[in-house]
Amino acid sequence: MSGMRYQAPGSVDEAVALLADANGAARVLAGGTDLLVQLRLGMISPDVVVDIKKIAETQGITADGGGFCIGASVSGAELGENAELKAAYPGVVEGAELIGSTQVQGRATMAGNLCNASPAADSVPALIAAGATCTVAGPNGQREVAVGDIPTGPGQTSLANGEFIVNIKLPARPANSGDAYLRMIPRTEMDIAIVGAGVNLVLDDSGTCTAATVVLGAVGPKTITVADAGAALVGSKVDDAALAAVAAAASAAATPISDKRGTVEYRTKVAGVMASRAAAIAAERAQKA
Amino acid sequence: MAKHHITTTLNGEEAEYLCEPQETLLDVLRDQVGLTGTKEGCSSGDCGACSVMLDGRLVCSCLVLGVEAEGKTVETIEGMANGEELHPLQQKFLEEAALQCGYCTPGVLIAAKALLETNDNPTETEVRYWLAGNLCRCTGYDKIIRAVMDTAADMRGA
Repeated sequence: MSGMRYQAPGSVDEAVALLADANGAARVLAGGTDLLVQLRLGMISPDVVVDIKKIAETQGITADGGGFCIGASVSGAELGENAELKAAYPGVVEGAELIGSTQVQGRATMAGNLCNASPAADSVPALIAAGATCTVAGPNGQREVAVGDIPTGPGQTSLANGEFIVNIKLPARPANSGDAYLRMIPRTEMDIAIVGAGVNLVLDDSGTCTAATVVLGAVGPKTITVADAGAALVGSKVDDAALAAVAAAASAAATPISDKRGTVEYRTKVAGVMASRAAAIAAERAQKA
Repeated sequence: MAKHHITTTLNGEEAEYLCEPQETLLDVLRDQVGLTGTKEGCSSGDCGACSVMLDGRLVCSCLVLGVEAEGKTVETIEGMANGEELHPLQQKFLEEAALQCGYCTPGVLIAAKALLETNDNPTETEVRYWLAGNLCRCTGYDKIIRAVMDTAADMRGA
């Protein structure tokens, strides 16, 4: 870590230039709740840390074409304090708010959670279920990327040299839509998901589901979008039979490992339970939306 | 590598320090500024012993670089009492013996103060979740939670 430089550029272009010049030996700093731990443990020893928090485009939550644009520097605490975002996307916000303690919430960002690329990242399943995209800035300009296309495996992302995430965008909400995120942990707080499930769905005026996305976390090297679970919800009234089909599809799609927090058998079973419960909560919210 | 010259508002007064890019705010507070009330526990953001307020946000100072505090306000346990007059939380923790070894106490107090500033009537569940990132290996937490609840009640009555 000796010789590490700290840079806090004021513009996207400056940040891209700093990252590109370092040729892979740079790290992006937003909330720092993963980065500083990795520095401390000696897991990484970058030549330069590029703090993106002073870049205006990474700050704040703004209305964006009926949806939301969430800057990459926005902390979990800020998300929780935004009443409009919470009302429109309660599942996205509850996923982000499950990350760490109150202290960690004061700093941790969804963009960081995404780029840390843990399979158990709590904010990611609900973002993918919501159809979120992110703006990636790099040497060749900016591109919009589906959130689900950023992590490519544990600790790995599709970001190229010089690229970083500027913001995350959530689309406009149709009427009668709702989302939810649930996770299973052995404790009640401050733990890593052994299963996470995010569900986003839309109902019509009669309460019949017209669109649904079900995404699992922590039961594979990447999140898993369970197409069969979404299909089981569409056309249903999100009744017990549909929820049972969601559970079966989610368990069938899960490809977990056994580790100290849970076995393959347990995680497979719980993936179904979490997915079906999250679907029920999302439907209840959609009815009230 | 050149050190960074940082200017902050620390416990209400302007403070300057020099720090290396990789030094944490916790390192700087303890080793450069000499404010050792903020404790180092895990240095990985799990225990909350190093809790401080940064621009009005509760954070772990072990997860903040010292250079990031440039132009920001930092509040530590040393700024909690008003001269000789203890903050109501500090007074209550003493009266109810809500500590044993005391190592986690500065962080607990900073975190509890942040809670009561946003919610003057928290439920026990809210207090327990808010303080979930402050680990205490002595008390079993009950006395801490009770002292925070009792302080909140006193402050509402005041």
